[in-house]
Amino acid sequence: MSDKPELVIVSLYPRDMNIYGDRGNILSLTRRASAHGYEPRVIDLNVGDELPEHIDIVIGGGGQDSGQARVAADLAGRAGQFRELADAGTPMLVICGLYQLFGHRFVTASGATLEGIGVLDVETRGGAERMIGNVVVESADFGEIIGYENHSGFTVLGEASEPLGRVTQGAGNNPDDGTEGARTGNVIGSYLHGSLLPKNPAISDFLIETAALRRYGSFEPVASVDPTVERARASAKRRPR
Amino acid sequence: MRDFFSAAVGKAVRAAARLRGGGSALPGLVVERLDPGFMARGLARLPLGVIAVSGTNGKTTTTKMIVEMLEAQGLTVFTNKTGSNFSRGVVAAMIGESTAAGKLQADVAVLELDEAHAMFFIERVKPRFTLLLNVLRDQLDRFGEIDTTARYLQRIADATTDVLVVNREDRLIAEIGDRTRERAAAGSGPEVREFGLAPALLSTFPGDDDFHVVPGQAAGDAATDPATDTRGAADVTLLELGKNAATFLIDGEAHSTPLQLEGLYNTYNAAAALVTVRAVLERAVAEGADTSARTTEVLEALSTVRPAFGRGEKLELDGQPLELVLVKNPAGFRLGLASFDAEGVAVMIAVNDQYADGRDMSWLWDVDFETLRAGGVDTVTGTRAWDMALRLEHDDVPVGSVEEDLGAALSSFRAQTQGRPRRIYCTYTAMLGLRKRLSEITDVEEI
Repeated sequence: MSDKPELVIVSLYPRDMNIYGDRGNILSLTRRASAHGYEPRVIDLNVGDELPEHIDIVIGGGGQDSGQARVAADLAGRAGQFRELADAGTPMLVICGLYQLFGHRFVTASGATLEGIGVLDVETRGGAERMIGNVVVESADFGEIIGYENHSGFTVLGEASEPLGRVTQGAGNNPDDGTEGARTGNVIGSYLHGSLLPKNPAISDFLIETAALRRYGSFEPVASVDPTVERARASAKRRPR
Repeated sequence: MRDFFSAAVGKAVRAAARLRGGGSALPGLVVERLDPGFMARGLARLPLGVIAVSGTNGKTTTTKMIVEMLEAQGLTVFTNKTGSNFSRGVVAAMIGESTAAGKLQADVAVLELDEAHAMFFIERVKPRFTLLLNVLRDQLDRFGEIDTTARYLQRIADATTDVLVVNREDRLIAEIGDRTRERAAAGSGPEVREFGLAPALLSTFPGDDDFHVVPGQAAGDAATDPATDTRGAADVTLLELGKNAATFLIDGEAHSTPLQLEGLYNTYNAAAALVTVRAVLERAVAEGADTSARTTEVLEALSTVRPAFGRGEKLELDGQPLELVLVKNPAGFRLGLASFDAEGVAVMIAVNDQYADGRDMSWLWDVDFETLRAGGVDTVTGTRAWDMALRLEHDDVPVGSVEEDLGAALSSFRAQTQGRPRRIYCTYTAMLGLRKRLSEITDVEEI
């Protein structure tokens, strides 16, 4: 047993929702948490599994439409639990498919409706066109966010959610309003995979700091800037859409 | 007469394009515009018709295996070996192989078809035989979802007239086989044949369904338990893997053969090629062709097939072997890492994100690089070199140097790894770029 303070990270539906690199977010978050002096403990939550008693951070990714339907049904049964966790300030990061399901609903391109759990004030419609390519987002909270998007969901924000940032390259939530992602309290939704966290440690730090403050009442950042991260960010930013 | 004119125009465009150092598909594009029926007419005349090879991984090498095995049985085979697997590439190749009268002289065509462009192709030509290899996560920036790719492959299966060959161990492909079998039972649909793996080998070939498996933990949990494997025999089953050798179960009998091919996936795809060749030769014999379908002869031909360019291709540089291993998606990279022993070999990784590579590099996070930890990676290069370096850092793999420019990276890799065997894992356009530079300093087979 390590004497470092632990952080319990719940990885949502890794079996169905890990279509493209979302595993990297868990890998990166746990590395960053260790670098800050914590002992991360990752608990996978798949369809039918029981939620652990204590949760410090929740993180989830994207899947295919078929996996998303299975997950939507399971998630609906836990909507109350997740809303409670969110209201209590638990930091969460949900990407793509789970971003959509953390909103009110997702109406697929074929017209079927997947009910979401309404933690984020967003609604999504499946569109005919996919929004694909390198993305750069300006965020007041996290500075410049760099990633990659690949989705056909067309998401619109309501008043209770702020956008994560403004797109300076790419589509983001939809092709029209220039916003990317959504944030309500400590819950962040985004279309950026790529994976998001390895190249955007500011978001990892936010999740870790918020979790540490809630659980231990203090947070002393220890991890430093990683030169490889800086180079990867600069290089990805130069790539054409 | 039409064929004559189209072929003549195509040959003229090809000559002109070559003078200007132009691309191989241009004559195909021109003829396709002038004479949209050229390809269908030419291919329809072939006595054994068209064999289509599709799937996300391994098309080029598998197509090469089928071609060489059929040629060894005395058949004249037309193929699109430049790897230009769009229809204009097929048309361009047809122009090159046609007689002055515009006639394509061959018994059969073996065509590698890109999943999406195959839709255009099958509207014009129905394959008699189709081989579906796999549906792995690849090029999701083009197709969006793996289910979309599977639907494309289903439509190729639906267009097939005689025999559909499917991978029994790939869930989505096996389902296409099941649906086709149901259709055949109802009176319309091709015969379905399978290639498969012995239960003991299932865990060696993790599919996308196994991706949730935690790093370090054995993959293949979702695979069939050998003790309860009640499935019937596949037409050809890969029983055992050796170093440059394999054992296949064919008609209840085990056949061992040496192979020039390396890599687990190439060996499994050899089983796929064997099923296809057996089906074609059986039909050929039934239709009176002067050939045989003896397993030993077919295996002998297989044993001499060398990998297609860049797919486990072996070169020599500074008196040491240099291997090029093409990696395009997580399953392919995982198999590439598992297929080649990391010990004692200098390693370079070259990752580009051009269209032909797939623009989205997120999949690198789905590959486990721990096997490279002990030896490290000497050089990382390509347009996404820093993403690759960051990925390796997350698996605690030491990296010697990072240099985005392929040429500079190759020079420093060469200088720093003198006297050691070398291996380069590379994406498609990085492979083409490196081959071009390598051809200036050592022997590289022309393509």
